[in-house]
Amino acid sequence: MDASNLVFFTLATLLVISSLLVVLLRNVVHCAMALVAALLIISIFYVILQAPMVGVLQVLVYAGAIMVLFLFVIMFLNPAPQQQSGVWLGFSGLLALLLGGVLTTLLTKAERAADPVASTVLFGSPEMLAKSLFGDFVLPFEIASVLLLVAIVGAVVLAKRERRS
Amino acid sequence: MIVDFAIIAAKAFLVLFMVLNLAGILGWIERKGSALIQDRIGANRASIFGFAGLGLVNTLIADPLKFLTKEDFIPPAGDKFLHTLAPCMALFTALVAFAVIPFGDVINIGGHAINLQVANLNVGILYVFAMGSLGVYGIVIGAWASNNKFSLLGGVRGSAQMISYEIAMGLSVMGILMVYGTLELQEIARGQGTLIRDLLPQSLGFLQPVIGWLPAWGIFLQPLAFLLFFTAAVAETKRIPFDLPEGESELVAGYHVEYSGGKFLMFFAGEFAEIVTAAGLVTTLFFGGWQVPYLLRDGFHFPWGSQWLLPHLAVVGLQVGAFTVKVLFFCWLQILLRWSVPRFRYDQVMRLGWKMMLPLALVNVMITAFVILAAQ
Repeated sequence: MDASNLVFFTLATLLVISSLLVVLLRNVVHCAMALVAALLIISIFYVILQAPMVGVLQVLVYAGAIMVLFLFVIMFLNPAPQQQSGVWLGFSGLLALLLGGVLTTLLTKAERAADPVASTVLFGSPEMLAKSLFGDFVLPFEIASVLLLVAIVGAVVLAKRERRS
Repeated sequence: MIVDFAIIAAKAFLVLFMVLNLAGILGWIERKGSALIQDRIGANRASIFGFAGLGLVNTLIADPLKFLTKEDFIPPAGDKFLHTLAPCMALFTALVAFAVIPFGDVINIGGHAINLQVANLNVGILYVFAMGSLGVYGIVIGAWASNNKFSLLGGVRGSAQMISYEIAMGLSVMGILMVYGTLELQEIARGQGTLIRDLLPQSLGFLQPVIGWLPAWGIFLQPLAFLLFFTAAVAETKRIPFDLPEGESELVAGYHVEYSGGKFLMFFAGEFAEIVTAAGLVTTLFFGGWQVPYLLRDGFHFPWGSQWLLPHLAVVGLQVGAFTVKVLFFCWLQILLRWSVPRFRYDQVMRLGWKMMLPLALVNVMITAFVILAAQ
């Protein structure tokens, strides 16, 4: 086992553990922190896979902004520790096993590309990302941004209280 | 191989050592400086055999010792694990953010070209923002785990404030990124080594004698961005006038009201490390980083034509020295600010961030884009 495999399996184990903790922990704030840990480990994977831009955006957007807002809501509502029923846990466990089995067979049987790591250092660089976003995919990109803008305006309208004069 | 590892380890150690020590010394500057501003004497009690060293013994030896030997109190109804994790996250994110800030140009020693920067990431400044956004957790989690209404309020204020000002901060830097065309901080610092006369388009040639001799530093090309960025950086460090998360007249001590001993020291050191990082960022983005005006790789080349050639090591030494002086200046400026202005109200902080700084940053991006397009 070489060094890169060692790093991968260590991180992957940590990722699986923290993802399990998200589901299994009782305290919702602990679950949220486990999710943050999982997101951070995934961002390390992105960096290892020559996509530092995606990795940093993952930390910046998901771990740094969205999860903080989640925590915000959790802290304000202060929900009681979750009581999980055995039936529900058994059902979801069964589903997870099924999905895992299907994915494992699919991924192991799929033909490997001749050169699995065809990426170069430039592959995930900000320059390449910007070129594809604002060059080849500029129309989908603009449509998506308009969609997001509509969502933001909608959220503001819904959240704004009517002033009674 | 081993030499490369040793170089990287030495750089990481050096930067960590400097940031931590500077954070400690800033504690002294803060206490003695505030005393100077308020016409007091300041820390002068502790001494070793009668030697007080202008309060250095007090702030650098006695205070940390006292912090570390105090009882580490964890609220019984709080969350033990997260209460311990929070100050670690606050200090960690503040310390590692400095890794991408270059403190010098490439230095050649014994056949090795050493880039004086711990980590040369091609996402550069985004890494600093990512670490800054993780720093929010130290406050939110610490506030929640204390099981105290004052700290919870402080934590909520802190996270809202930090997220709000991160947006203004990111947008204010956009202009700089557009002007120098890169996210890498080393490249941004290098781009500030030219003079404005090299950048001026033909149509603006009449400005040549007026501003042509200025170095192409961010402050001259993006003055509005500097004001916005510096304000947002002060807000991110959560110090007066933006210290609402602490707000001792309303919230006792805000998010760290239930912290004592070593853990409080970690929050405290994290705040000073954030000051150092903010100063390093302002220096790198707007004040040329390690650049000394007119100093090129082989010595000084003055705009009036004269030259003063210097050996390589002297040039690098001058540059690292210039970076240090600039960082110290901005650390001092932040401390001066903290003891000179009163605290905002919370609605004022939010209004400033969202209704003034955000639109101004957007306008700055638009103007920069038009100017760059027109100059092409």
